[in-house]
Amino acid sequence: MADKEYFVQGNEACALGALAAGCTFFAGYPITPSTEIAEVMSRKLPQIGGHFIQMEDEIAAVGAIIGASWAGQKVVTATSGPGISLMQENIGYAVMTETPIVIINMQRGSPSTGQPTRSAQADMMQTKWGSHGDYETIALAPSSVQECFDYTVKAFNLAEKYRCPVFVMADEIVGHMREKIVIPEKVDIVPRQMPEKTDNYLPYDAPENGTTPMPSFGQGYNIHVTGLTHDKRGYPSTDDEETHTELVTRLCNKITENTKEITSIEHQFLDDAETIVLSYGIPSRSALTAVKQARQQGLKVGYIKLGVVWPFPIDTLQELTKNAKRIIVPELNLGQVYLEVDRVLGKHAKVELLSKIGGALHTPGEILDKIVEE
Amino acid sequence: MRTDIRIAGFGGQGVLMCGIVIAKAASLYDNNYAVQTQSYGPEARGGASRTEVVVSDEQIDYPKVENPEIFVAMSHEALLKYIDDIQEEAILLIDPNLVYQDEIKEIIEDKKLQVYTSKATETAEETIGKKIVANIVMLGSFVGATGVISVEAAKKSILDSVPQGTEDLNMKAFEEGMKIVEKIN
Repeated sequence: MADKEYFVQGNEACALGALAAGCTFFAGYPITPSTEIAEVMSRKLPQIGGHFIQMEDEIAAVGAIIGASWAGQKVVTATSGPGISLMQENIGYAVMTETPIVIINMQRGSPSTGQPTRSAQADMMQTKWGSHGDYETIALAPSSVQECFDYTVKAFNLAEKYRCPVFVMADEIVGHMREKIVIPEKVDIVPRQMPEKTDNYLPYDAPENGTTPMPSFGQGYNIHVTGLTHDKRGYPSTDDEETHTELVTRLCNKITENTKEITSIEHQFLDDAETIVLSYGIPSRSALTAVKQARQQGLKVGYIKLGVVWPFPIDTLQELTKNAKRIIVPELNLGQVYLEVDRVLGKHAKVELLSKIGGALHTPGEILDKIVEE
Repeated sequence: MRTDIRIAGFGGQGVLMCGIVIAKAASLYDNNYAVQTQSYGPEARGGASRTEVVVSDEQIDYPKVENPEIFVAMSHEALLKYIDDIQEEAILLIDPNLVYQDEIKEIIEDKKLQVYTSKATETAEETIGKKIVANIVMLGSFVGATGVISVEAAKKSILDSVPQGTEDLNMKAFEEGMKIVEKIN
């Protein structure tokens, strides 16, 4: 077997990525513009002995994938804004119970049912803050069909490694666009690790800033899974301050303290750059065109693309942009990741938002106009 | 070099399929880069519908079409709806039975368009005997008029994309489309 080439939609590439990563279970409720993911999974999963379930709604969809994950399966659901809103309660449950799940969000115009067939990046902050409580998640933002495949594989691997919900934050444009993808002969996969069975086995005995291997139901471990604050045995311990502090701090730190491991950043033309266009997801393709055009005009402009948006790579960005005077953030929303960029880099550079909503992608010309405007 | 292509017609004529076949031919069989996008809304089920393809010999950053250098029109309504941003001296390929040429004289002159005609729908119905392959006849005419993708790649891509059992029909449609395309100005 050699590498294989396909010409497919971003949605199909997400489904192929999930399958390549070892996914055996999908539960979801079809919604534009993510429906093709469910379609592909419904055809392919039964062929490999996996399961596809169309649930009654998205609340139940996340409930089902959490259950299947605890039964030892690698799991995914796919949706868009209205579905993501319904999923929030169970996303918090997955955080607290440290359940590896992958959620693909093909973002569309919003709030509410908004613009089903148009693009947006307006769920970025919801991914961070949508469920109640202090928590951290991981969010990746593909900008091409190949990245839809690659990032979905990466999402599964990160979910296993950090035992948390991982989001693939794509959008309508990348979901419906078709491009060639190359599926390598060998895809690197992080397998589910079973813990060692010992007499005094503790399912939540994780190291500081880390996780512990996850047992599956039916394998002989005594485990208790709860959304209540729990001790190392997994038993509820809801009024002990120390237990709660230790648990919730670890749940956050296992992500933020490992940001350098998790993150992926691409950059070009930074050496002498005075202005940097910092983007993620689909606008980064307009941004790169605009930056190349600016360079042709002799302007000192650089390009940074975040492959992983959350956790936010504070240290790496501060290092990469230390000589920049100005940072432009194009986003398909009214200013979300821009706020984080400004918080982190605003002390040494002027951070400017280039917002666009309504469904269309920034044109390179719009970004170039912003670059030359002083 | 980057070529921006737009194909427009009624929903249901197969313009989307036509765009997919072109982009697949370019990226899988001609070893170029290609991106295909489409209007994705109620218009995809009737009314004016369009697909856009970018073909390039280098990596494509901006994936959308801004000012098409090639515009294929299979309906008058879709032509009028989507032609405004066409580049000067672009190639305009139309089905003359579905586009009122008198009504587009002005834009042809203003933009100095190179106009090609292909009676794709009539040919599909009368010569091939299946109206449904009009899009593949038009694809043949597109290859004949523009050469953006090679004949060999186009054929492989068609065979890869059409339902089993319709290969001969579609090959015939493609060949016929190559033959009937005419430059008229």
